[in-house]
Amino acid sequence: MTNHMIDLKNTNCALIMGSNMAENHPIGMKWLTRARLDPKRKAKIISVDPRFTRTSAIADIYCPMRSGTDIAFLGGMIKYILDNNLWHKDYVVNYTNAAFLVSNAFDFKDGLFSGYDEAKKAYKTDTWDFQYDSSGKIMEDPTLQNPRCVFQLMKKHYERYDIDTVCKITGSPKGKYLEVLKTFCATGAPDKTGCINYAMGITQHTVGSQNIKAFAIVQLLLGNIGRPGGGINALRGENNVQGATDMALLYHNLPGYIDSPSNIDAYKDLISYIRKTTPGAAKLNFTNLAEFRELVKAGIPYSGWKANTSKWIVSMLKAWWGNAAKPDNDFAYHYLPKRNDTKNYSHIAIFEAMYKGEIDGLFINGSNPVVGGPNANKEQDAMTKLKWLVSLDLWLNESAEFWSYPAWERAVKNDKVPHHTPKDIQTEVFFLPAAAVYEKEGTAAQTGRWVQYRWKGADPVGESKADLWIINEIGKRVKKLYAGSTRPEDEPIVNLTWDYDNPHDKEEPDIMKIANELCGFTPADNKPVEGFAKLMDDGSTACGCWIYCGCTTWKDGKMVYKAQNRKKDDPGGLGLFPNWAWCWPVNRRIIYNRCSVQPDGVTPWPGDDDRRLVYWDPTKPADTTKPDVLGTWAGFDVPDFIKTTGPDKPAFKDPFIMRGDGKGALFGSQMPASSYKEGPFPEHYEPLESPTGPIINKVVVNPAAKIWEPEKIGKTDQYPIVATTYRVTEHWQTGALTRNLPWLAELVPDMFVEISEELAREKSIENGGEVIISTIRGDIKALACVTKRFKPFLINGKTVHQIGMLWQFGFKGYATGDIANRLTPHIGDANSMTPEYKAFLCDIRRA
Amino acid sequence: MANMTNLYDSSKCTACRACQVACKNWNQLPAVIEHFTGNYQTKESTDGDTYTIVKMTEYEHPVDGIQWKFAKFQCMHCLDPECMKACPRGAYSKTETGATNHDPAKCIGCQYCTNVCPFEVPKYRKREDKITKCTLCADRTAAGLKPACVTTCAPGALEYGEREDLLAKAAERVKYLQMNGFPNATIYGRTELGGLNKIYILTDSPDKFGLPVNPQPYGQVNFWQNWVQPYFGWLIPLALAGSAVSFVTTRMLANKHTAHDAEHGEGVSE
Repeated sequence: MTNHMIDLKNTNCALIMGSNMAENHPIGMKWLTRARLDPKRKAKIISVDPRFTRTSAIADIYCPMRSGTDIAFLGGMIKYILDNNLWHKDYVVNYTNAAFLVSNAFDFKDGLFSGYDEAKKAYKTDTWDFQYDSSGKIMEDPTLQNPRCVFQLMKKHYERYDIDTVCKITGSPKGKYLEVLKTFCATGAPDKTGCINYAMGITQHTVGSQNIKAFAIVQLLLGNIGRPGGGINALRGENNVQGATDMALLYHNLPGYIDSPSNIDAYKDLISYIRKTTPGAAKLNFTNLAEFRELVKAGIPYSGWKANTSKWIVSMLKAWWGNAAKPDNDFAYHYLPKRNDTKNYSHIAIFEAMYKGEIDGLFINGSNPVVGGPNANKEQDAMTKLKWLVSLDLWLNESAEFWSYPAWERAVKNDKVPHHTPKDIQTEVFFLPAAAVYEKEGTAAQTGRWVQYRWKGADPVGESKADLWIINEIGKRVKKLYAGSTRPEDEPIVNLTWDYDNPHDKEEPDIMKIANELCGFTPADNKPVEGFAKLMDDGSTACGCWIYCGCTTWKDGKMVYKAQNRKKDDPGGLGLFPNWAWCWPVNRRIIYNRCSVQPDGVTPWPGDDDRRLVYWDPTKPADTTKPDVLGTWAGFDVPDFIKTTGPDKPAFKDPFIMRGDGKGALFGSQMPASSYKEGPFPEHYEPLESPTGPIINKVVVNPAAKIWEPEKIGKTDQYPIVATTYRVTEHWQTGALTRNLPWLAELVPDMFVEISEELAREKSIENGGEVIISTIRGDIKALACVTKRFKPFLINGKTVHQIGMLWQFGFKGYATGDIANRLTPHIGDANSMTPEYKAFLCDIRRA
Repeated sequence: MANMTNLYDSSKCTACRACQVACKNWNQLPAVIEHFTGNYQTKESTDGDTYTIVKMTEYEHPVDGIQWKFAKFQCMHCLDPECMKACPRGAYSKTETGATNHDPAKCIGCQYCTNVCPFEVPKYRKREDKITKCTLCADRTAAGLKPACVTTCAPGALEYGEREDLLAKAAERVKYLQMNGFPNATIYGRTELGGLNKIYILTDSPDKFGLPVNPQPYGQVNFWQNWVQPYFGWLIPLALAGSAVSFVTTRMLANKHTAHDAEHGEGVSE
C-alpha cells in the first residue's frame, strides 16, 4: 500500500476493484465504513466485481464487470477524466511526467507498441523513451499542448475507450458504469481524495501489472497519490506477504527490492552490477567504487534515490559474509548466486521444470501447491517426479499427502488427467510440524508496510517448532557439513555469517541478533545504523535489507527494536500513529507524501488544510547540530524527501524520489530498463481463454505473455462460460488451517460454485445440487449456489455467462471438496508471472 | 439498574460471522457440520448448539438492483418476553440489566417457549432435553466484560452499553444514513413488542433483513399468562360449573340462535 489501513478513514471515495475487501480484509473495511459515517468525509464506497459480494453488499455503488477486463474499465475512466476536465491540473503538471516529450520513434498501432519482435514474442523497449536536449535534459512542454507530450499521447491512446466500447468489453450496464465514473472521478477536485483498493482480482491476470499501471494513471490524474485518503492500496492476502517480498521472496530480487544478478556479463562483478542497477550509471565512466562515489557526489542525472544502490548491495554483502566481504574481493560479490538469465524461476516455471524432471527436491513452507497452485492436476503430477519433499505445516495438508489414494480421486473419469497410486510414487516425504502464529515470536510486515512485533501467546503443541528455529537449525547443519572445506566453490557457505543462537539458550535463535543484522549495524562496534541514509559502500556498515534500516536504535546501553513500539499518540489525527510499531521506509506512513502539499511546498491543497502531511519550513534547521543552516521539511509524517531540499534545488518539485526523473509515470518509459514488458500505456487484451474476439484492437492476448501450454487453451465451442476463483471470509488461503477448525468448517462446509439463476435454468441446475465443472485441464464436482448475485453479461452483443468458485477446498480436514485449481491455466502475467487464476473458460453441467 | 444491551449497525456489518464463532467459543458449543444447501447463511435459524447467526437475505430492488442484507440474529431479550410468560416452570426471568435469563435447572424441555417466541429463537437441545438460547453473555457481563460477539466484531458493527444511550446513538446515526444514501434507514427494537433489549440500525426496512416488520405476541400466551396461570386454582371448578350450565342452556338457547348472532355482531362493530 502507498498508504495504510487506518488511512482509509480519511478518504472521500474508495474504489474497490479486484478485491472482496469486506470478506478478505474485514479489519481494513472497518476504516472505510468509518469514513462513510464521518460527516467531514461522507465517503462513498464503490465495488466493481463480476459478482455481487459481501463487499458490494455494504458498498454504496456496485458495478458488475466481466473477469479480465479491468484495463478497458479503467481506460474508459482515463478518457472520462480527460474529456470532462476532471484531472487535478496543478498536481499533474508539477508532479507527473505529463509534460515530458516522448521520442518520435514511439508509436502504437493495431494493438502493438513500437519495438515488438514477433519471433521472440517480446518488445525491444528502446523507443519507449523521451526527447532530450543537447545537455541531456528531458524536454518538456508545461502547457501540455505539444502533440508528442505524454499528456497528448495518453489522450490519443485512450480516445478509443469510449463508454459504449468499454461496456461492450466489460459487460457493465452503462448506467452503473457512468455512476462509478462520476463518483470516483469527482475526487480530482483539489479538496477531495479517493483511494483504490485492490487484491488478487487485479494481479492474477496475464495483464496483472498493467492493470495496476492503469490504476497509477487514474490516481495520478486525479491527484490522489501521496495524500491521506488516497493511494493505490494493494491489500495483502496474508499477514506477512509484505514482509516476505521485502525479504526477496521474488526470484528477481535481493532483499529490499534490489535486482538479483544473473549470469550475463552486465552482472559479472560488483562494478558491473552497480553500473547496471543504478539509473543513469550506464553512460558514466568509472572503473572502481572510489570513482563511482565521486560521480554520485557530483550528482548523476535522473538517478533518483537509487543512486545509492551501491551502498545497499555492499552493506548487504557485508551482512551476509562479514569479514570475508572485503574491498579487495568486491565484498564477496562473486559469492552471490547468479540466476540463468534465460530462465524463469517463478512458481509456474518451477513446476514446469519439476514436471520435466529437472528438480530433485522441494521444500514447502507456508504453501500448499496441490490446492493453491494453478493447473493443480499438472503440479500434483510434477511432484511425483521429485526424489524428496519436505512439508512444513501445522497439519498434514494436501501437498504433504499428494501421494495418497484420496489425492488422486477425480469426480469424472478423464484420460487426459494424470493418475497415480501410492505404489508408483517414489518421492520420499518429510513432514516438519510447525508452530502456529500465536506460538512463536517475531515480526510481520502488514499490508501498510508496518513492521509489527508479535510476542508469543502460547507454547507450541507437541514437537512443533517455529519457522525461525527450523531455518536456524538447517543453516547450522549445512554449515557443519561444509566446515573445513577449502574448495573455492564452498566459500559462500563456509564464510556465511550464521551466528543467531541465543547466548542463554543454545536451542533457540536470538531474534534480536537477526533484527540487528536485518536492520543494519556497524561491524566495528555492532551498534545499529540509524537509517539508510547512513549506509556506506566501503564496508563500514552491514545491513541485510536496506529498507528496514532504522528499525533498530541504541538507547540506554542496549538495542531497541522499534517494531515493538506500542504508543498510541496520533498527532494530526490522521491515524498515522508514528510510535506504534515501525514502518518502512524510515517510519514514513504515507509514501510520496510531498504530494500532500502544493508545489510551493507550503500551501495545503485548496480546501484541504487538514490533510497536509508535510511542508517546507524555512525557519527551522534540518540538523540541530547546525542551527545556522535554516530550512527543512517537517510535518506529521516523515517527509518522503531529502530534508534539506528547498525551493532553490531543482528536485524541490520531484515527489517520486525512487524514480529517476522524480515524477509520477503516466508514461512508463524504458527507464529504468526492463520495468515493463508490454508498453508504456496499459492496453486492453483479453485473458488467454476469452469468450470473445478482439474488440478494441487487433491483438487478442497480451503479446508479451509467455504461453507455456499452447495445446491447453480452452475454446468457446467446448467451454463457453467464463470462470473465476476466489476466497470466502470463513476460510483462509488453501484452507489448510481453517478447514481443520470445526467452527469454521461448520460455516462453509462444502466446496460450492456460484451461478446465476439464468444459467441454472438453462442447464437445469438446482440450488444446492451437485454439478460438474470442466475445463481443458480437468473436471471437478461442486455444490451449486444459484444466486441473483451473478448475472449474465452482454459482451459485444452476445450473452456470456460467468461462474465463480472457491479455491480453498481439498481432500483433508473437516470440510472437504474438490480442488478448483485443477481447472486453472498455466499462464502468468508477462512481468511478474503471477498466474491467471481469475479468468478462464469452462463448462458446467448437472452431476 | 439500567438495561444493558447490544447495538448492531447493519451499515458496518460485513457478515464475516466472527460473532457466530466467538459465541460458540465462549459458550463451548460444538460445531454441527451439515452440508451446504445453496445459501452462504448455512443455518436457517438458531439451533440447540447455535445461539447466534447472521441472516443473509438476497432480493432484487426494482431500481437499485440486487441487494444482500445482513442481520445478526439471536434472542432479542424482549423487555416483556413471551417466553417468560409461557414457561410453566418459571425457568425464564429478567435480570436487573435487562437480559432474558433462562435457567436450565428449572427447564423441563416442554418447548412451549419455542412456539410462542415471535422470533422463534429458543431452541431445543435434545441431548440434554433442555432449551438453549443467547444469554447476552451474562457470565461475562457480570465480570465486567462485554459479550463475546461484541468483543470480536472486527468491522465494529456491534457495541455494548446502556439501552437509552445506544438508542440515542442509533437515532443520530439513522438520521445521518437517511440523508446519505439510505433513505429507508430505521431503528429496530425501540418499540417492537414493547421494546427489545437488542437495538438494530437497519439501512432498509426490517423485512429486507429477514426480520418481522411488526412482530406480534401470540394471543394464547396473553390469555395463559394473564388469566389461566394466576387463577388456575379456581378456574377448574368454575370451568366445570360453566360446562354444566352450558349443557342445560344450549338447548334452551337453540331456538334464539339467529337473534343472538345478530346481537353479537353489533357488539363487535361498536
